[in-house]
Amino acid sequence: MAIESDVLVVGGGLAGLTSALAAAREGAHVRLVTYKQSSLRQASGLVDLLGYVGSEAVVDPYEAMADLHEEHPYRLVGTQTVRDGMALFDDTVAGYYGDHTDTNALLPTHGGTVKPTARYPEGAAAGVATDDRRTLLVGFESLTDFDAPLAASHLDAAGAPFDVDGVSISFPGDLRADAKVTRYAKLLDQDSEVAVEGRRVGARTALADRIKGHLDGHERVGFPAVLGDDHARAVRAALEDDLGAAVFEVPMGPPSLPGLRLEDRLFEALDEAGASFEAGNPVVDYEGEERIEHVVVDRKGAQVPYSADQYVLATGGLVSKGVESDRSGVREPVFDCHVPHPENRYDWFEDGVFDDHSFARFGVDVGPDLRPRDGSGSVEFDNLRAAGATLGGYDFAAEKSGSGVSIATGYAAGRQAVEDLT
Amino acid sequence: MVSKPRIVVIGGGSTGAGVARDLAMRGADVTLLEQGNLTHGTTGRMHGLLHSGGRYAVSDQKSARECIEENRVLRDIASHCVEMTGGLFVKRPEDSEEYFEEKLQGCEDCGIPAEVISGERAREREPYLAKDIDKAISVPDGAVDPFRLVVANAASAQEHGARIETHTKVTDLVVENGEIVGVEVEHGAKSGDRIHGVQSGREEIRADHVVNATGAWAGRIGDMAGLDVEVRPSKGVMTIMNVRQVDTVINRCRPKGDADIVVPHETTAILGTTDEEVEDPEDYPEEQWEVDQMIDTLSELVPMLDEARTIRSFWGVRPLYEPPEVGSEDPTDITRDYFLLDHAERDDVEGMTTIVGGKFTTYRMMGEEIADHVCAKFGIDADCRTADVPLPGSEDFSVLRDYMDEFGLRSPIGRRSVERLGSRADEVLKTDEPNPVLCECEGVTRAEVRDAISQSGPDLNATRIRTRASMGNCQGGFCAHRLAGELHPEYDEATVRDSWDDLLQERWKGQRHALWGNQLQQAMINYALHATTQNRDRDPASHGGIDFAAFDGGPESEIRPEASREAADGD
Repeated sequence: MAIESDVLVVGGGLAGLTSALAAAREGAHVRLVTYKQSSLRQASGLVDLLGYVGSEAVVDPYEAMADLHEEHPYRLVGTQTVRDGMALFDDTVAGYYGDHTDTNALLPTHGGTVKPTARYPEGAAAGVATDDRRTLLVGFESLTDFDAPLAASHLDAAGAPFDVDGVSISFPGDLRADAKVTRYAKLLDQDSEVAVEGRRVGARTALADRIKGHLDGHERVGFPAVLGDDHARAVRAALEDDLGAAVFEVPMGPPSLPGLRLEDRLFEALDEAGASFEAGNPVVDYEGEERIEHVVVDRKGAQVPYSADQYVLATGGLVSKGVESDRSGVREPVFDCHVPHPENRYDWFEDGVFDDHSFARFGVDVGPDLRPRDGSGSVEFDNLRAAGATLGGYDFAAEKSGSGVSIATGYAAGRQAVEDLT
Repeated sequence: MVSKPRIVVIGGGSTGAGVARDLAMRGADVTLLEQGNLTHGTTGRMHGLLHSGGRYAVSDQKSARECIEENRVLRDIASHCVEMTGGLFVKRPEDSEEYFEEKLQGCEDCGIPAEVISGERAREREPYLAKDIDKAISVPDGAVDPFRLVVANAASAQEHGARIETHTKVTDLVVENGEIVGVEVEHGAKSGDRIHGVQSGREEIRADHVVNATGAWAGRIGDMAGLDVEVRPSKGVMTIMNVRQVDTVINRCRPKGDADIVVPHETTAILGTTDEEVEDPEDYPEEQWEVDQMIDTLSELVPMLDEARTIRSFWGVRPLYEPPEVGSEDPTDITRDYFLLDHAERDDVEGMTTIVGGKFTTYRMMGEEIADHVCAKFGIDADCRTADVPLPGSEDFSVLRDYMDEFGLRSPIGRRSVERLGSRADEVLKTDEPNPVLCECEGVTRAEVRDAISQSGPDLNATRIRTRASMGNCQGGFCAHRLAGELHPEYDEATVRDSWDDLLQERWKGQRHALWGNQLQQAMINYALHATTQNRDRDPASHGGIDFAAFDGGPESEIRPEASREAADGD
């Protein structure tokens, strides 16, 4: 007996979660299946919409969408749908800033420069780079992904309109040299006592004490994004009180606490919207020709059919193996949808590391209805839509458009799936 | 006799570093010049095979005998650079039985310990060998880290008073009265200023004798004095796998052919190679078919290679040489022997000797011969000691004990650090500061990276070859920025950014040939981390032109602290 739903979403990243949420809020019975950890937890937690068109930094992403090529996912779904998708995000995810304006903000990166982004976690808000307050960046000696003195010099070279200094300190407490970011966060979350010169002091106070000597009139202090997890607000507030300065987190690479926090919130929202979801089992097969009748989920060796009226493919791109390749070609592994790519694999890349690579745009080919098309341009399955990085035709890394495309196309796919329910 | 002759050695590969060490140990005043990093040329682009001599046992027995002799020497003096994996010459059913017997006899003739084992026993030793391998000859092949070996030779030369200049390009030979009396050089920006106070700009270095050890580039140096040195550069591709499918060097037992060897090297296995003559050692095509041929042909020996992950490919250029009258058509017919060209005798131009041809395994022997030759010219009566005195890092085996507790390094990182550093482990790893791992793929700690930077200056590619940082699966995706951070504040931000970008580009160069499957996934992950998360691709510090004031400054500032505090109360 098949497990049934109105809409089945395959993939639990930002696109899959958004499409499931959009469909569930329309009243559909939605089920989401996800296999491995999504790339959300690798992402910095910033929600980029459109940061660059070509080499130009984008101030107003909605305006700049007109400059994208016609097959770009934003052009396919239309600017209004992008706005509606972002509205769903803003309505769903508390604790994010940036929805008061269409204009991008510039946020510092852990690589030491800035980038344009549309939404940022509240923990990062005081770090906005157009702000002219004097800034102190604080790094931890053993946390190698953020070198604060170098980042400060780098921000200066990038033309940041504020005075910025950087200092590396030893994090209080007895963390191992290779402690994970979650260890730092936990110490601060729990305000665990740490030994400082023979006394036992709360980790938050101990950390603030180590910074005070470097403060020297700085009005805001930036840390790598490890300032708590479940109690991040309390950690920041305590540090702000102690330091008498605003405190912010600099978004980091994986593993990223802000990315994890965002993922948690989206799953909570999905739960509240009444959708079902299950993690850890891959979709390994499907039945159907013009329509998908059901997919087959491998539950610890058991082949279980899951049937739905409508399906959304949101398994991600090359990063998440929603798009795969071998020496002879590129394919989408779940439904074997067509992925356009140059025949010769030496045409998949360019010679400069940051040149305009063809592989960065690999993904399934869709029209405005987001239904994957085969090599001749015909729809592969009437009841399958694709969303997010599974889509081809855009380079999220160069454009800084990954989150925005996932939200906009996820939203559109979820809504359209509901409209098509039979 | 000149009391302390000034010798300039051009070329920082294995031969140049070997000559420099030898001459410095014999009391000459040596300057070693290298246009890039140490190992910049062919030495840094080889498969890392420490020959037993087995490969030449049929075709070139002189080379084979030299190989086994030097194989034994290097195990002794360079123990921290060598891994004695052993080697197998494996025979497939279609390979000639007659050749197998010739190979065995050749090994015996050359004094190479060789033993025939059955296919079954070969597979017990290497389970991923093809099921239809008939039998194999076991020989003492090994793996050697060319970077570590050359750095150790240069370090030893330096300890004996030599001056080592990297990123220093010879722009001309100084010729006076028909005699070569020195070189003109251009110091590059990355040459660093710690050792000699010369960071960039031109310099004339006078010499009593010049040794041209530039391998495939020897013709260019010769041209500067109107000397004809006809090196015949021949390219070969090597493809690096992300794991060791084999722990033994696997050779195919058949007469010369492409794609016939797999060398386990550190965490990887290296597939080799091809042999094709090229015009220019710096500009030749790197092609898809070469990579495909490595994988397809070697899968006949180790079938799992067909589906395995490769992390990059690279090409090296052999500095083959034969006296012009031989005139071989096919580069595979050119001897692997080396030639010492005394330009005084050969061309009537005093002051320079060129060494060409030869093999990495016999670098020390070549160095000895050329040092003998130079010493004879200057009446230096000192014996060669390079075969007896261990290289820095290989002096004392007692340090290869369990360092894990002592340095607070967890296994297997501690073990690997100590293997890389050999007897220098104490000196490098003893630090009071926290010593986190910077490169997780290769287990390289901050202390090792800082040690490398202190030796080699701001070039992260030089740090890379000394430590192996960024040479694993992720090819620098997760560690390039960490390595860059270690250059600061000793080097300013602009220098750091430049070096960081160079490292990313260098890592990309080799990955281009591995872009499918898991490594294409890795490339996309790296691209996402560097471009999306760090904005390394459109960094306003490098690309300029971002109008900060045009961007949003955030919602009204007063809600920030208030919102935080209220929330904190209910937290």
